[in-house]
Amino acid sequence: MTEYNFAYLDEATKRMLRRAILKAVAIPGYQVPFSSREMPMPYGWGTGGVQVTAACLVPEDTLKVIDQGADDTTNAVSIRKFFARVAHVATTEATAEASVIQTRHRIPERPLTDGQILVFQVPIPEPLRFLEPRETETRTMHALEDYGLMQVRLYEDIARHGEIARAYAYPVRVEGRYIMDPSPIPKFDNPKLDNSPALQLFGAGRESRIYALPPHTRVESLDFEDYPFTASKAAGQRCAICGAEDSYLDEVITDDAGGRMFVCSDTDYCATRVAAQAEDAA
Amino acid sequence: MIPLLQVEGLSKFYGHHLGCADVNFTLWPGEVMGIVGESGSGKSTLLNCLAGHMAPDTGRVMFDTRDLGPRDTLAMSEPERRWLARTDWAFVHQNPRDGLRMNVSAGGNVGDRLMAVGARHYGDIRAQASDWLGRVEIDAGRIDERPRAFSGGMQQRLQIARNLVTGPRLVFMDEPTGGLDVSVQARLLDLLRGLVQRLGLSAVIVTHDLAVVRLLADRLMVMKDGHVVEEGLTDQVLDDPQHAYTQLLVSSVLQV
Repeated sequence: MTEYNFAYLDEATKRMLRRAILKAVAIPGYQVPFSSREMPMPYGWGTGGVQVTAACLVPEDTLKVIDQGADDTTNAVSIRKFFARVAHVATTEATAEASVIQTRHRIPERPLTDGQILVFQVPIPEPLRFLEPRETETRTMHALEDYGLMQVRLYEDIARHGEIARAYAYPVRVEGRYIMDPSPIPKFDNPKLDNSPALQLFGAGRESRIYALPPHTRVESLDFEDYPFTASKAAGQRCAICGAEDSYLDEVITDDAGGRMFVCSDTDYCATRVAAQAEDAA
Repeated sequence: MIPLLQVEGLSKFYGHHLGCADVNFTLWPGEVMGIVGESGSGKSTLLNCLAGHMAPDTGRVMFDTRDLGPRDTLAMSEPERRWLARTDWAFVHQNPRDGLRMNVSAGGNVGDRLMAVGARHYGDIRAQASDWLGRVEIDAGRIDERPRAFSGGMQQRLQIARNLVTGPRLVFMDEPTGGLDVSVQARLLDLLRGLVQRLGLSAVIVTHDLAVVRLLADRLMVMKDGHVVEEGLTDQVLDDPQHAYTQLLVSSVLQV
C-alpha cells in the first residue's frame, strides 16, 4: 500500500475525534478528553490542531495554515504540505478562500465568515494550570464554577504592574459559564473570538483535550470593573510594508545598531493591502 | 432562639480505628466553644468533620443558614458547602501556610474570598483588604508583600484577616496560637478576643493550650480517646474538674 487513508488518520480515529468535537461544540468552553494519537511530527508542533483538522477535512475543502499569522513559516509550510500530500486538498494563503484554517497563536485580521472553521493549536488547555497544580481540583473548580482564583491572579497583576499585564493566552469566559484558555493568541485577538460567525475548534495534542466555540458564542475577557479589558498592541506604530494601523504588529530587529521595524504579523492581510495599493496607484 | 450549630451523634472511624465517637453539642449565636484534649484525642477530626473537610460516618451537623434556616451541612451538595465555607464559615489553620496562598500578596490573600463570592471592583477589594490589614495590626504599606516576607505571628494574623473579610458567622480554629512564641501568642489572643467580641462571632476553637480557652471560650469540651469526657462552662470545668483526665490536664499546666 502506498497511499495513506484520507487525511492520514484511519476512519475509526477520525470518528473518535468527531465525537469529541461534537461534545465540545455542545458544551462551549468545556475541555473534552480524547485519545490523542502520535502524529508524524513532534509534540509542540501542533499535533492537537493537526488531528482536529484531519477530522474536519473533506476532499472539497481548501486549507490555510498560519503560524504566528504568517503563511510562510516552517510550521505552517510543513503542516500545509502534509495535508496536501495525505488528503490531496487544495491549499491557499488567502483567508477569504479557505474553508478550514489551522492557526498557531493568531486569528486572521480579515473577519471570518459563515461556514469557515478555525482550528487552534493549543499547548496548555487548562487556564487554571499554574494557579492550582491538582488536575482533580481544577476539574472540580470548572464543574462548580469556582473561579475566584483566576480573578486573584488578575488582582496580583494590577497590584504589581498597575494593569493586567497578561498579553497573550488571556483568559475568557464562554457564554457566562466556563473559563477557557484561548491558546496563546495575543489579547489583541480576544475580541475576535466573541460572536464569531466561524466555528472555532481548539486541539491540544499532548494534553489530549479538545474544546470549541460554536458560531456566535458570547466570549468575554475577564477583567475588573475599574480596570476593563483592553485589546492592546504595539502602541503608535504602523506596518512598515503596508502602513496598516489596525493590525497586530511584529517587531523585527533589522541590524545590531538598534534598527527595528514593525510589520503586520498576518502576512496575507499585509500582502492583500499592498496589492490593493499597487492597483490604486496604477 | 435557634442554635447556630447543632451536632448530633457525630462519629468518625478510620477503618477500625476510632477518630471521634458520638459527639453531641449545641453552639448558640455569639458563643465560643473550646475543645481541649491531648494529641490524638480526636479534636482535629471533630473540627474537620464540622467544617466539611471530612465526611463523618454517622451523625448530623445542623447549621442555621441565612436564607433557609437550619440545614444539615453533611447532606448539602458540594457547591452549597463550598459557598458556605467562603461566606458564613471561616477556618483558621494552625499553620498559616495551609490557610494562605503563599505565592500571592497579602492584599490578594485578603481579597481572595471577596473575589470568590463575586467582587469585581479592584478599588473596593483593595480598600477592604487594606482596612482588614489595619484591623489585624499589619501595616497597610505591606499590602503588596507576599506572606513569605512576614513573621509567623503576622502570617497568622493575615490568615485571620483573610478569613474574616466576608463577615462569617462561624469560625473554626485549629490551634490558632500553636507554634508562636508566648509574647506573640498573647498579642494574637488579645486581637482574637477583641474581634470575636466586636463582631459577635461564634467560634469553635480546638487547642491543647488551656490558657487559650480560658481567655476566649465561653464553654469547654474535654476530649479523650475520641470521646467527650467532660463539658461545661469554661471556668467551671477548669476550676472544678470532675473527670480524672480533666483533673490531670488542669494540674499539668506549668506555673511560672
